[in-house]
Amino acid sequence: MLLIPCPWCGPRSQIEFTYGGDATVRRPALDAPEDEWARYVYVRDNPMGPHDEWWTHSSGCRQWFVVRRDTRTHEILGANRP
Amino acid sequence: MQRCRLPMGGVVDRSQSVPFEFDGVSYEGYAGDTLASALLANGVHLVARSFKYHRPRGIVCAGVDEPNALVQLGRGARSEPNVRATTQELYAGLRAASQNRWPSLSFDVGAINDAMSRFIPAGFYYKTFMWPPSPKWWLRYEHVIRRVAGMGVTASLPDPDSYEHQYAHCDVLVIGAGPAGLAAARSAAHAGARVIVCDENPMLGGGLYGAAATIGDTTASAWLQATTRELAAHDNVTLLPRTTAFGCYDGNLIGLIERVAGHPPEAAATGSSDSARQDGPVSNWMPRERLWKVRARSVVLATGAHERGIAYANNDLPGTMLAGALRTYIDRYAVRPGTRAVVFANNDQAYAAAFSLQRAGIEVAAIVDPRGGAALDGALPLAARDNVIPILARSVITGAHGRLHVTAVDVAPLAGGVGRRIECDLVALSGGWNPAVHLFSQARGKLRYDEALATFVPDHCPAAMTVAGAANGSADLSTALHEGHAAGIAAAAQVGFAATASLQTPEAAPVASGAPLALWSTAPVVEGAKRFVDWQNDVTVDDVALAAREGYSSVEHLKRYTTLGMGTDQGKISNVVGLALLAGELERPIASVGTTTFRPPYTPVTLGAFPGHDAGPHVEPSRFSSIHDWHVAHGARFVNAGLWKRPHSYPRKGESADDAALREARNVRTNVGIVDVSTLGKIELQGGDVAEFLNRVYINRWDTLQVGRCRYGVMLRDDGIVLDDGTTSRLASSHYLLTTTTVNAVRILQYLESLLQTEWPELDVCVTSVTEQWSAAALAGPRARDVLAKIVDLDVSNAAFPFLAVARCQVRTATGPVEARVFRMSYSGELAYEIHVPAHKGRAMWNAAIAAGADCGIMAYGTEAMSTLRIEKGHIVVGAEADGRTTAHDLGLGELVSRAKPCIGQRLAGRPALNSTDRWQLVGLTTLGDPMPRAAKIVADPDRAAPNPMLGHVTSWCRSPNLDAWIALALLENGRARHGQTLWAVSPLASVRVQVRVVPPCFIDPEGERLRG
Repeated sequence: MLLIPCPWCGPRSQIEFTYGGDATVRRPALDAPEDEWARYVYVRDNPMGPHDEWWTHSSGCRQWFVVRRDTRTHEILGANRP
Repeated sequence: MQRCRLPMGGVVDRSQSVPFEFDGVSYEGYAGDTLASALLANGVHLVARSFKYHRPRGIVCAGVDEPNALVQLGRGARSEPNVRATTQELYAGLRAASQNRWPSLSFDVGAINDAMSRFIPAGFYYKTFMWPPSPKWWLRYEHVIRRVAGMGVTASLPDPDSYEHQYAHCDVLVIGAGPAGLAAARSAAHAGARVIVCDENPMLGGGLYGAAATIGDTTASAWLQATTRELAAHDNVTLLPRTTAFGCYDGNLIGLIERVAGHPPEAAATGSSDSARQDGPVSNWMPRERLWKVRARSVVLATGAHERGIAYANNDLPGTMLAGALRTYIDRYAVRPGTRAVVFANNDQAYAAAFSLQRAGIEVAAIVDPRGGAALDGALPLAARDNVIPILARSVITGAHGRLHVTAVDVAPLAGGVGRRIECDLVALSGGWNPAVHLFSQARGKLRYDEALATFVPDHCPAAMTVAGAANGSADLSTALHEGHAAGIAAAAQVGFAATASLQTPEAAPVASGAPLALWSTAPVVEGAKRFVDWQNDVTVDDVALAAREGYSSVEHLKRYTTLGMGTDQGKISNVVGLALLAGELERPIASVGTTTFRPPYTPVTLGAFPGHDAGPHVEPSRFSSIHDWHVAHGARFVNAGLWKRPHSYPRKGESADDAALREARNVRTNVGIVDVSTLGKIELQGGDVAEFLNRVYINRWDTLQVGRCRYGVMLRDDGIVLDDGTTSRLASSHYLLTTTTVNAVRILQYLESLLQTEWPELDVCVTSVTEQWSAAALAGPRARDVLAKIVDLDVSNAAFPFLAVARCQVRTATGPVEARVFRMSYSGELAYEIHVPAHKGRAMWNAAIAAGADCGIMAYGTEAMSTLRIEKGHIVVGAEADGRTTAHDLGLGELVSRAKPCIGQRLAGRPALNSTDRWQLVGLTTLGDPMPRAAKIVADPDRAAPNPMLGHVTSWCRSPNLDAWIALALLENGRARHGQTLWAVSPLASVRVQVRVVPPCFIDPEGERLRG
């Protein structure tokens, strides 16, 4: 049960949040070519170590932010506003 | 009476005699006893038959590490198997029975397994029960095996007790209230930190409780009392006895389980013999257990250490106990478990058991110690020599004798050679001590094998965690107190607390000890004699050798192949011995073999404690529309739509729910119906860029939507698959209302918020959920306008309020006018209006509509009729037609896609594979009179041998009362080109096949005249 530091509300239990996926990729422009969209939808890195990911404080302030979490140890290294 | 109770000493309360029953025989113990200590006080040693070999077994330990003394406790709904007699507090009227034996403990038919043990070594079931090869035979074997497997019997009635949850935060959590833990709690509290201290025992003190030791110039018990009082006096200290820390989770979240009721009452007994109380909690309103979820900023682990055994032949005979446990029974519980004892130990600490034995008047025939020379110069061996206790140095026990109880042991030199037999009725066994590193390892702490201590000790601590005392390998009392004291100061300092005045460290006299000698097993005199490593699962030294021979060289494989350490005791006294023996077999260092992974819970936790009060109907919250009571009063049958309760139909007297739905659906198309649609997701969007935002998330255009109009929209996922659909209205120039399906409401709101916060923060758009703020009802049918006209102050003629119009107005209710929004949209395909009012006015609006429709034949309809109506019109539903694999084009919504602007998903929706002609497309199906089979697949020839190509499947189906036919919506390969074809709908599981005709997916009013009239 991670302790996630919401940049607005402070550290809260993981149960208050919803995971939102990889934060190192961004949607291409809506009219970007197909291979850019395919890369965004289907291709991901899978690093062992610190990883940036989206979380939203769904049971709190409902803000989305980026958490840096070590995928091996689950240690939370920091959180930033988008 | 209690023939093996010492006349004085111990911490049992001799003024309170406690009657109890074991295997039908009545005994008496004292308040403060455990079931095990009370049995021993009555001279009862034989308490169980072992799991596989059904060998006679006695009590080995004095705590949670007990492998043998598992009993069935209680009756009826509270009957509990595998209760450890060594931790079960004695209460008046306790009824326990031994397990795994028939017909009795002293004569057990299952003992034949012991004679057949050659055929049932570890892992035998991987090589047997394979002949004859038919599965039918395996099921016969399994039936028998199931009956003889296991030990106790679970209750077959629901758990009558309640369990609570408690959340807590603290600065320092101290796990374990032995000397190190109490010292840590004391110094952390003194520094000003909020401290929680927990200990699994009913009384604090750990190994000090009831022990004969000195701290400073007071006795251990006086120090314990003073320290407990000191801690209890602190405002910032919470003491939790009877509370086990069972798991360490991420972020220093620790799970504790507190036993609240179900043990004898603290206050003086009321004197009544309340039989209902005897087997269960003290009072009806107290929870049986309380689950604590503690978020600790810093943790001090003072969890102590477990003694381990040595594997010699027949080391499982009753009367064989771990030396520390024997000390506890003598000193704490004033029990005299035998008359003549042999101590077998490879370490100094066990010598203290010899002194306890002497004090209890038990003759110590010998201390058998494999060590010799300088190793025996420690303070305790010297004291043994002073007390004239014979020490047989450089010697080991090679076997024990006896049938139901130990009667003698064979002792021989460690180096081999002729031995001798020593008669005894008690063996105090000690192979050394293992720090209790379970929680430490769960928190990802790293262990190191210490050759000098011959055990695994904590090496690298995780952040915000300290280990102190025996758990750290520091068994000496003086060191434990110092480490605990320092750990408390460090833990408090780590989170910002430091005492201004210093606190004196508790002192005890350090005891010089000789080094232990690692000894895991001894060679038997008789080959094949069983030397037990894991008592509970009957795993012997030979089983470990077998596993190594068969190639199981990983300690994890050893565990699973032999089941060593997999019992209810999780191998607390066995695991290290087992892995050390494996290391010996593989000729590798013990450090390289390592331990198996430690997982929570540390000791068993009652299942009911995890849901707590969120059980039964409270597993999930239930959500109700504000009109719910009307539905109940009118006989509605309810279904779940997500967490919401929605009426399925309103069966009348003598009518089935399905017949009611048919009646309701027919009435909508002939008169007028009303349905509660309050549960639909509603999201308000406001801002100057809403139209642009909607353009990006919907496939169709929104910048052309005028104020006072609504439009159907479809959203795609990033990969081009349909995500959701709904109707969005423009209430004012910068004010829109978006609807979603009931079960998707939360997800879609989250999706829209993520787009606005992370993708397009530059857009001037705010969104919020208003699902709960508005109640809504839909009036549908040819007479809907008549009903609406009576209750709203709006011109509802077709010219003034056409299809897809939206207006604000007032609804006339019995309690006065109510502000409302009316939307002319239709899910049923009939002339229809949705009326939205503030949530608390929903019932008033509903009543007004019902009253106004009385002479139009209005009927309430539920989700089943609603479903029938939308299938008749071919309206798709997310979850059925839009199943996460279908595109807008598949569903016949391709022409909604606007070419004038891009949207999410559009690019990948254009991929060739998503547009090929052999894709499954939405069609309608009708049968020739037969019912549509459930979950049917579509094939061309039902008689074709497997594999029969599946051309499609049915997504929704119903009996249509308006067409008097069975109809369905289906996804069919190249469906739009097959209108008019005859195919087969088959349900192989039900062996049903029905001919169907492929038709366009709209069965009623395809031109939409009723909608627009």
